[in-house]
Amino acid sequence: MSRLHLSQIDALEHEAIHILREAAAQFPRTAILFSGGKDSLVLAALARRAFAPGPAPFPLLHIDTGHNFAETLEFRDRLARELGFRLLVRTVQDTLDRGRAVEETGANASRNALQSVTLLDAIAELNFDAAIGGGRRDEEKARAKERIFSHRDASGHWHPHHQRPELWNLYNGRKNPGEHFRVFPLSNWTELDVWAYIAREKLPLPSLYFSHERDVFLRNGTLLAASPLLPLQAGEQVSRERVRFRTVGDLTCTGAVRSRASTLEEIIAEVAAARQTERGTRYDDRRSDSAMEDRKRAGYF
Amino acid sequence: MDLLRLITCGNVDDGKSTLLGRLLHDTKSIFEDQWEAVQQASVRRGDPATNLALLTDGLRAERERGITIDVAYRYFATPRRKFILADCPGHFEYTRNMVTGASSAQLALLLVDVRNGLTEQTCRHAFLASLLRIKHLIVCVNKMDLVDFRQDAFEHVRNQFMAYAERLEGLDIQFIPIAALTGDNVVEKSARLSWFDGPPLLYTLETVYVGNEINHVDARFPVQLVIGPSDAAPSFQGCAGQVASGIFRPGEEIMHFPSRQCARVTAIHGPGGPVNEAFHPMSVVLETDPPLPLARGDLLAKPNNQPTTGQEFESMLCWLSATPFDPARRYVLRHTSNAIACTITQVRYKLDITTLHRNQNALPLAMNDLARVTLHTSAPLCYDSYRKNRQTGCLILVDAADNTTVAAGMIL
Ligand SMILES: Nc1nc2c(ncn2[C@@H]2O[C@H](COP(=O)(O)OP(=O)(O)O)[C@@H](O)[C@H]2O)c(=O)[nH]1
Repeated sequence: MSRLHLSQIDALEHEAIHILREAAAQFPRTAILFSGGKDSLVLAALARRAFAPGPAPFPLLHIDTGHNFAETLEFRDRLARELGFRLLVRTVQDTLDRGRAVEETGANASRNALQSVTLLDAIAELNFDAAIGGGRRDEEKARAKERIFSHRDASGHWHPHHQRPELWNLYNGRKNPGEHFRVFPLSNWTELDVWAYIAREKLPLPSLYFSHERDVFLRNGTLLAASPLLPLQAGEQVSRERVRFRTVGDLTCTGAVRSRASTLEEIIAEVAAARQTERGTRYDDRRSDSAMEDRKRAGYF
Repeated sequence: MDLLRLITCGNVDDGKSTLLGRLLHDTKSIFEDQWEAVQQASVRRGDPATNLALLTDGLRAERERGITIDVAYRYFATPRRKFILADCPGHFEYTRNMVTGASSAQLALLLVDVRNGLTEQTCRHAFLASLLRIKHLIVCVNKMDLVDFRQDAFEHVRNQFMAYAERLEGLDIQFIPIAALTGDNVVEKSARLSWFDGPPLLYTLETVYVGNEINHVDARFPVQLVIGPSDAAPSFQGCAGQVASGIFRPGEEIMHFPSRQCARVTAIHGPGGPVNEAFHPMSVVLETDPPLPLARGDLLAKPNNQPTTGQEFESMLCWLSATPFDPARRYVLRHTSNAIACTITQVRYKLDITTLHRNQNALPLAMNDLARVTLHTSAPLCYDSYRKNRQTGCLILVDAADNTTVAAGMIL
């Protein structure tokens, strides 16, 4: 690489740090949305670096669906402790108990959409001006037009057709009280960039990402983990397979892929050769062509 | 592997979506599930073939109306380079979209339908690329299959374009004949265009030398935030920010603005630890001796190369908002890490970007208008001309009442 020139992964890292610092400078109260998944891990690691040697001025906020893999929660707690972040947890169960939302029913019920209610309640309760998310524009078509500083109105809604134009590296975070912003420092990263960064920085990962043996069953083309939360339907059969997960979310809708990749290098090779988007393994995104856009308008991550 | 940020532009129907679909497809950046979704959607809409444009039309209203209405970002990579492509729609709100996409682009791909040659829209796009100081312009003369791949048809468009482009400054222009639909000269050299001795488009994108558009001469460091003492580092004081231009090194003398106090850089911390030099677009933390009276919005430069300081300056302004400029409203200017009250004291002229004619009848500034204005800020600002320095010469205006971003400016 020539002098005075950054590799693409360095360029993305410097850009993300600039965005994180901009969020800290423009918003008095900001949280990092933290799921324990790889994107939020990268965010937490970048936030540590952006404010070093001082602490990152953000707590981690986890919206817990109650449908997590046990490995994720254990990992979440350990990472927050090791990196020195304050961890805030708000649960979908609590939202349901308080009657703020009603559980979906039926075979394909998911708590994924309900998370938005819990998240918006948490942002209001904790008085956050901004929530930093790990969303990337390559994930999904509706995200390709999302701004890096993305405005949410007083009801927490996104208005995709009235977004503020975003020019150069100037971010406009002005807002009225009660409104908030979502900030996406990883907007320009691809799935492969995230993996390359994790490998380069040797960031620890939840074990779910690596190949392991698990009881799974097939539902509408998605390989789901066998769990008491997912009663089997007629014709469905549990089998033991070597799988890994490309995303670690709600276990009722996060699909596994058959894989023998047990090291980061093997995972990267697999991702590079993959013929499916990572959200393609998410059952709830398949419900309609605009599923993601609808959830995002309503305040989703 | 490095990063190239580019923008596509051109008339509606000149083949932008087709070319983009081809680049994504041929670099294997389309996944099977995306492809299947596009196929299904094409069938539902009754399209005769798989409609590649659906791959890039992200929002539901757009898919329903069959038009793209906002800048979308696409990603593809080859073993040599990663590309971030700002996909700017051709009609609705055009100038605004192109200015937005072009602000961060290093290269523009301008599509021209070889049968139509140079059109008004083509000229507008080329002018905007030059105004926003995009260094590299690749004119893709498309649909060569429809003129039997004839060299004279290509030459005709090239000559027309060169005659117009004489008026534009700072552009490094290349021409490539292609047929996006059939893939001729996009990824592979086409036998049907054997008279063309240049490489195909993708190879050019992979190898064009970028980096020379970054100003490595005038050292400028806007203070983004101050990192003060903490439990982990009780005596630390540093300033965090992104180098706007030039090079900073430990040991060098710097000058702080607005205080004009000098200090020596004692250390520069990058994301992964200390570094020996920092340049654009690196995000670093500078420590100085003696410590400086730092605040967000300040600027560090060098004593022998100082920015301009002032409260009144000239700027080209592109109005982005559907609400026209109104002298009665209050505006906030954002420039580097500053936010400061600002008034437009004079609209000198509006520029017709097709004819480049200057209209001095100061009509209200409305969406997509381009004008030369005089700006007055409520406190002094340290800046450079946009021509010299993209980072310290760019600004946006924000409406203080509804908080929207209403204009983009380039300091003259
Ligand atoms: N014959 C031919 N048709 C093309 C070529 N490129 C694009 N087209 C067609 O031109 C029309 C407009 O293309 P599209 O990509 O939608 O243009 P956009 O509006 O610039 O995005 C479509 O019908 C394409 O199939 C080409 O190289 N040759």
